[in-house]
Amino acid sequence: MLDAFIASPPALIVATGILVGTASALLGTFLVLRGKSMLTDAISHSILFGIVMVWLVTSQTEGVIQIIGAALTGLLTVALTQGLSRTRLMRDDAAIGLVFPALFAVGIVLLNVYARNVHIDQHTVLLGEISFVWLDTAEVGGRNVPVALLVLLPMTLVNLAFVLAFYKELKLSSFDPGLAAALGFLPGLLGYALLALVSATAVAAFDAVGVILFLAFVIVPASAAYLLTDRLWLMLVMASVIAILSAILGYLLAVRVNVSIGGMMALVTGVFFVLAFLFGPRHGLIAQWAVRRAQAKRNETRTLVAHLYNHEATAGESEENVTRALIEHLGWNRQKARAIVLRGLDLALVHRQGHLLALTELGRAEARAILEPWRG
Amino acid sequence: MTVFDLFGDYTIRIVAAGAALVGLISGLLGPFAVLRRQSLLGATLSHAALPGICIGFLIAGSRDLPSLMAGALATGVLAALSVIVIVRRSRLKSDAALGIVLSLFFAAGIVLLTYVAQTDNASQGGLNSFLFGQAAATLRGDLLVLGAVAMVAGVLVLLFWKEMKLVTFDPAFAASQGLPVAGIEAAMTTMIALAVVAGLQMVGVVLMVSMIVAPAVAARQWATSLAGMVAIAVLMGMAGGVIGAVLSATGRGLSTGPLIVIVLSVIVLLSLALAPRRGLLWEAVARQRRRRTVPAQQVLTTLYHLAASHGRTDYPSEQGMIDTHHRMATAGLLVGMERSGLVRRVTHAPEATPHWQLTDHGRVEAENLLRARGFPDA
Repeated sequence: MLDAFIASPPALIVATGILVGTASALLGTFLVLRGKSMLTDAISHSILFGIVMVWLVTSQTEGVIQIIGAALTGLLTVALTQGLSRTRLMRDDAAIGLVFPALFAVGIVLLNVYARNVHIDQHTVLLGEISFVWLDTAEVGGRNVPVALLVLLPMTLVNLAFVLAFYKELKLSSFDPGLAAALGFLPGLLGYALLALVSATAVAAFDAVGVILFLAFVIVPASAAYLLTDRLWLMLVMASVIAILSAILGYLLAVRVNVSIGGMMALVTGVFFVLAFLFGPRHGLIAQWAVRRAQAKRNETRTLVAHLYNHEATAGESEENVTRALIEHLGWNRQKARAIVLRGLDLALVHRQGHLLALTELGRAEARAILEPWRG
Repeated sequence: MTVFDLFGDYTIRIVAAGAALVGLISGLLGPFAVLRRQSLLGATLSHAALPGICIGFLIAGSRDLPSLMAGALATGVLAALSVIVIVRRSRLKSDAALGIVLSLFFAAGIVLLTYVAQTDNASQGGLNSFLFGQAAATLRGDLLVLGAVAMVAGVLVLLFWKEMKLVTFDPAFAASQGLPVAGIEAAMTTMIALAVVAGLQMVGVVLMVSMIVAPAVAARQWATSLAGMVAIAVLMGMAGGVIGAVLSATGRGLSTGPLIVIVLSVIVLLSLALAPRRGLLWEAVARQRRRRTVPAQQVLTTLYHLAASHGRTDYPSEQGMIDTHHRMATAGLLVGMERSGLVRRVTHAPEATPHWQLTDHGRVEAENLLRARGFPDA
C-alpha cells in the first residue's frame, strides 16, 4: 500500500498539494481574521532574500536551516514594515509596498551575482513545479520518499499542533486583541509566531507550488470559509477541506487540459470562493439579496396598512383607501400596487369592502404598532 | 568603458529611455495611489496583468506590445472591480480582497501561460519575461508605445488635476460639490492600472508595486504640495529608471528591474532620513535641541524669579541652589547661556562658590518667555 503510494507520481503530487493546502489553510484562517493577508503576500515574496542569504552562508538550498532562515526573513519583513509605518511618514500599506520589492530585488541581484547555475532561481521560488516533486527523493527506511513530503508533513503537523495548543489564545487575540493583551496573553508575540510559521511554511511549499500559489492556499480557502460560517473551529475545518478538495480537483483538471498543476489547484480554490461568495448561507450574495428583498416586501405591506389606518373613518376614506390612491398618492405603479394589495389580502391584514380596502383587526394592530407604539 | 561610452551604445540608450519613461509614468500616477492608501492595489494590479498578457497574446497571435498591454489593462481593471465587489458585497476586508484577487488572477495567469506554451507558437517564449521584467527586450517601437502612454497619462492628469486632487484628499467634500466621485475614483484606478501595465516589461510583475510606491513616498518627504510631490516623484522615478538601467549595463548580467527597484529604495531611505522638516535626522536634531533649550529656559526664568523676589535685578544666585532647585547639574547649561550673553558669572564674597546673575539681555529674554507662557505682568 505504502509502496504503491510512493511509486505513483499522481498520488505523490496530490498528497503534496493536500499538505501545502492544509498547512496553509490552518494559518490562513487566523491571518484573514487578523487582516494580515497582504503582509503574508509581502512575506512570501521576501523569503527569496532569505533563501539566497542562507544559501550564501551555508550553501544549502533546502532543509531545516532554510526553513529557520525563512522564518527569520519573515520576521525581518514584519519588523521593517512596522518600523517604517511607526515613523508616521507613510501608511502601513505603503510600507509593505516598499519593503518586499526591495528585499526581493536584493535577492535577485544576489542570485545574478553569485548563483548563476544553482538550483534556486527566481522562477522556482515564484512558480514552483509540483509535477516534479516525485523526482527529488531521499531514502527513508529503505524507501525513496520525495523530499517535498518529508518537509511538508512535519510542517503541517507543526502548524496543526500550534493551532491546537494555542487555540484559545489565537481565537481571543484574533477577535479582541485589546482584551487578550489585558489578560496577559501577549497577542503581539503570538502574532509574530504566526507570521514566522507562515514564512517557514512558505519555504517548505515553494518548491512544490511557488510562493504566489502558496498565497492563494493561505488566503482563499480561509476567506471562503469565513463567508460560510461564524464558528472558528468550523472555519478551520472548512478551510482545510476546501484546500484539500482544491488540490484533488485541481490536479484532475490540470492533467485533463495539460496546464500548470499548481496554478490549477490555486484556481480551483477560487471556484470555491466564488461559490461561497454567491451561495453562502448568511453572508453570501444571494442570502443578502433575499434578506433585502424580504425587508422591502415587509416595508411595502407596512406602508399599505399605515396608509389605510391614517385615512380610516375620515372624510377622505372613500377616495384614499382604494387601489387607485395607492398608485396616485404613494407613487406605486399599477402592477406593484396590485401585488402589494394581494399580499395584504394573503396575510389577512386587509380585506375588501366593495371597492374599498379595509383593515382587518390584524392589519389595524400592525398599523398601530407602527404609528402609535405607545398604545401597546 | 565609461558612463559616456555607455550612452553611445544603441541598446543601452533604448533601455535607459524606456526606463525613464516607465519612471515618469509611475512617478506621475503613484502619488495618487499612495495618498489614497491604495499602494497595495498596485501589487494586485500587476499580478492581475499576467492573465491579460496571455489573453492578449492568444488573440494577437504574437508578442505585439500594444495587444499585450490592452489585455493586461483589461484584466487589471477587472481585478480592481473584483476587489471593489468583494469589499462592498461581503464581510471580507479590503486586505483579504486584495490578496484573494492577486493570487487568483496570478494563478489564472500561470495556467494560461502553460496553456500558451503548448500552442507551439515560436514567439511565446518572451511571455515569461513579464514575470521578472526583461529590459533588454525593449524595442524601439516599444518606446513609442510607452511615450504614448506617458502622453495620455500627462494630459489626463493636467485636464482633471483639480478633480483628482479633491477626490484624493476629501472625497466627501468632492461629492458635496457635485463631482462624480465614483467615476473619478474609477478613472484614477484605471490610470494606475495603466502605469502598472506600462512598467511590466521593464521591471516585471513582482517589483512593479515598488515603482508606484517608492517615488511617491520619497517625494512626499520633500514636497509640501501635491503639485510639488508629483513633480518630484516624476523626477525620482526617471532618475531611478535611468540609473538602474545604466548600472545593469555596466554590471555582469545584472537584471535591470531589480536594480531600478534597489536604486529607488535607496532614494526612499535617503529621503526618509535627510529631508528637511519631515526627515528622521532633522527630527532627531530638533529633539536634541529641544532637550537642551527647555531646561535652559527654565533656569533662566528661575533666575528671573529669584531676582524679582529679592527686589534687585542684579541678584547673584548661587550655583548649588539652582542645581538643588532643578534637581540636576546646571553648570553646563549656565556656561552655554553665558556664551549667548544671557547670564554672567559673578563672585559673591565671602562665598567661594560660583554665582550667576542675569544680564539685561537675559532679563528681556526671561520676560518674553514668561509673557509667552501667560504671565502678562512679568
